[in-house]
Amino acid sequence: MSADLVRVRVGVYHDSVSLMRVSQAVAGLPGVEVAVVAMATELNRGVAAELGFDLPEAGPGDLLIALRSGGPAELEAAETELDRLLAGLATRTTGEAAPGGAEHPPRTVRAAALGGVGGGPATLALVSVPGPYAFAEAMDAIEAGLPVMVFSDNVPVEQEVLLKRRAGELGLLVMGPDCGTAVIGGAGLGFSNVLRPGPVGVVAASGTGAQQVTCLLDTAGVGVSHVLGVGGRDLSADVGGLSTLRALEALDADPATELIVLISKPPAPEVEETVRQAVGALATPVVTALLGPGRDDLTTVTERVLRTLGVPVPVWPSWPAPGTENGLPDTPGPGAGRRGDTETGAGENAGTGAGESGDAGAGAGGQGGPGVSREASRAGTLRGVYSGGTLCAEARLVAGAGEFTDFGDDAYTRGRPHPMIDPSLRLEAMARVPSGDVALLDVVLGHAADPDPSAGLAPGIASAVARGVRVVVALVGSRDDPQGLEAQAEALRAAGAAVFASNAQAAEHAAEVLAGVR
Amino acid sequence: MTLPLLSGEPRVITVGAEVLGEALDAQAVPRTKVDWRPPLPGTEDDVARVLADPRRARANATAVGRLVSARPLLVGVRRAGEALDLPVGSFLHAGPPIDWERASGPMRGALIGATLLEGLASDAEDAERGLAGGRARLEPCHGRGAVGPMAGVVSPSMWMFEVRDAEHGGTAYCSLNEGLGKVLRYGAYGPEVLERLRWMDEVLGPVLRETLRLTGPLDLRALIAQALQMGDELHNRNRAATSLLARELAPGIVEASPARAAEVLRFVNGNDHFFLNAGMAACKVSADAARNVPGSTMVVAMARNGTDFGLQVSGLGDRWFTGPAGVPDGLYLGAYGPADANPDIGDSTITETAGLGGFAMAAAPAIVRFVGGDVSAATAATRAMYEITLAEHPVYQIPGLGFRGTPVGVDVTLVARTGLLPTVNTGIAGRVAGTGQVGAGLVSPPASAFAAALSALAEAGEGARR
Repeated sequence: MSADLVRVRVGVYHDSVSLMRVSQAVAGLPGVEVAVVAMATELNRGVAAELGFDLPEAGPGDLLIALRSGGPAELEAAETELDRLLAGLATRTTGEAAPGGAEHPPRTVRAAALGGVGGGPATLALVSVPGPYAFAEAMDAIEAGLPVMVFSDNVPVEQEVLLKRRAGELGLLVMGPDCGTAVIGGAGLGFSNVLRPGPVGVVAASGTGAQQVTCLLDTAGVGVSHVLGVGGRDLSADVGGLSTLRALEALDADPATELIVLISKPPAPEVEETVRQAVGALATPVVTALLGPGRDDLTTVTERVLRTLGVPVPVWPSWPAPGTENGLPDTPGPGAGRRGDTETGAGENAGTGAGESGDAGAGAGGQGGPGVSREASRAGTLRGVYSGGTLCAEARLVAGAGEFTDFGDDAYTRGRPHPMIDPSLRLEAMARVPSGDVALLDVVLGHAADPDPSAGLAPGIASAVARGVRVVVALVGSRDDPQGLEAQAEALRAAGAAVFASNAQAAEHAAEVLAGVR
Repeated sequence: MTLPLLSGEPRVITVGAEVLGEALDAQAVPRTKVDWRPPLPGTEDDVARVLADPRRARANATAVGRLVSARPLLVGVRRAGEALDLPVGSFLHAGPPIDWERASGPMRGALIGATLLEGLASDAEDAERGLAGGRARLEPCHGRGAVGPMAGVVSPSMWMFEVRDAEHGGTAYCSLNEGLGKVLRYGAYGPEVLERLRWMDEVLGPVLRETLRLTGPLDLRALIAQALQMGDELHNRNRAATSLLARELAPGIVEASPARAAEVLRFVNGNDHFFLNAGMAACKVSADAARNVPGSTMVVAMARNGTDFGLQVSGLGDRWFTGPAGVPDGLYLGAYGPADANPDIGDSTITETAGLGGFAMAAAPAIVRFVGGDVSAATAATRAMYEITLAEHPVYQIPGLGFRGTPVGVDVTLVARTGLLPTVNTGIAGRVAGTGQVGAGLVSPPASAFAAALSALAEAGEGARR
């Protein structure tokens, strides 16, 4: 006989990622069937109500706890453990008490900026509150004279424009919104890899695009000065490249930067000319990498950078699936013929290769909607199960056909942790891949990402392989990332996946596997 | 363009997902974590619109600059009828506008008492009939440049402190304080109450008027600054300020009226809150200097009438934004208890509006128990107010916080974002008309009044691009 426990803790707040961790820990306790520990937002209330919990009044500023377990004894034990975990979060939240015990942690970026950081003035604010609230915190930073990285997504574009204009007036840089990665003065911000210091400065409108290029550069022995993210919409007509222009100028003035790499989707036509002129006016050479149909993929871009620097292009690491050791690609980079196929494939796929809107559309199909089975029954389908938007788009172009879902898209992260932190959505998608199909996924290492992604994904990979799905993984990481590139590759390979450091090579391999070439 | 960020060691403020902050900790990057919570429910769009108003930052700097640079001087004592152009049959009251129908017990009691004092009714029943019949004209004190503690009822014959702002030229008024216990401002109107008011009418007022003519203007800003360093927070504790004021006035009182000097000084000595009303007028004249700055989100008045809490915002003129007045949480006199308490009442929240009272709680360890806490709670209360205010007062300082200026200039957007409401110290009036004071404590204003003001700012602002 199962028993329910529902509690509302009024005014108790923790961020969603911390609460996900608590939920997972409690759900894993003996006898616990369901554990929802979340802020009582409309979305989370809906989740709990669908699970059949009877909910009292509560608002988004209140903590909702809904537990179901085998019986009252298990429930009591679960609640005790939950209290212990929440107390752990609360201790961290309270921070260090000053003598007299009355020191207040700041409640806004404004107050934090007034108080300073580590005994000196702050130099940067990193904003990752939910999108509807990000503008206020980012504006605080700008008004305090600080550059700001806005990791948050779901920020309205008019707010982005306003932030960037205000920042421009004050000579400040806004990275984002939806800026997933940055490396500044050796410090990794957001999802960021541990990269050796070096001469390459990166301006990126694409987080995972920058991670792929910088990790491959690191593998080739080339380091970075800074990686400045600008947000995926920066080069749109609405935003007009405000942050890109500022970031280019800043890197041009930076003595440590000898070569600038600009990574973005193709800009809006009216923005492209502005950016071209700005690039032409810089003293520092620039490698421009505009991603899309008929353009270089990220691996090719990296090779272009290496050639510009006069550094030899290495063979990009790969770890073949067990039993296919002879199937290793022995030449670096995807072949020219393959790229030709890509363009045809994109046409066939009715616009999915053309832009971000296609990701969400394909996502609906990937969730098991109509249209999955017909194609699958014919010849097997390539299913891209991605966490990085740019990596997803690139794989779609390289592979030429298939159903690709970017689980890092806004549509999937609303009220949920990013798939680079929490594998559950992608595991569910993997479980739906039918026998005979090929699953292609990315695993991104680095700071803030899942501390051991292979541990979470390996069982899903193994069970997919066991029922006749072939699995290919693009593993984006650097030698020094906290998760360990080699160890992760080995664990994923051991679960049955073919693993590639280059996403383009992974996608090409997946397409070849499907076509029966390998 | 160079970006200093690229050349130095990064020092980062993090707000949001803790996993990103922990990643910085793992790299030993110095950081300060913001203890972020969601804003008051439903306010996020208005917050964004108001923050987008290009006038806001400069307007707020102007408004709070005026508030803290005001130099209030006590210049005189005058009758309300003449000073405020208040005709017979009109009464001022505390808080936002209210009529007899919605008025609480203590407000009704004070209006009855004032009607009797003015000789407009034969007895209490007669006064009540007249008031209920709409024969009196009721207006908020704030509408005429005045403030009144608790019920704040002012009738034409009453004597008012006159305070002038030497910096910006404004003038503000507040009635004279009657003392504690059974007094008009707490809604009592018995014979002893009226007798004291008549003595104030005939003796106290005229003597103080003559005294100030002899002494000349008194610098209240300097006096308040000293009192803060002597353990007052200038709302629920005015003992130091009263003593300082008595020292300043005593020779003048003796010279002005040798015959009545002793009874006047005895009255002042017997009332620890004698200074409160002068201080309130000082706060009022300072806050009024900050009014009508277009685009400013700073609060320039917080006041309660015993039924509603109301606030006014610099950028929104004389509009009131109201919500239900809360019942204070505190200590009670004698046998009184929470059931006897009236909802929050009085214009004395002008002290908090100007950065004193509950905002300066850390300066007044002697009364922390009286307002329901220990010393660390008082320090915490003041520290929390820095989160919702625009500035630290350059002259009003708190010794226990290393002479940090008091938090001053409540910003409506910061209240909505943090959910932290102004800490208000207050007296507690009895619920039933005629009772008087029953206690004192702490009270929180209603969040809804701040949300309403924010919404109006969003409507009126130039950040409203939808």
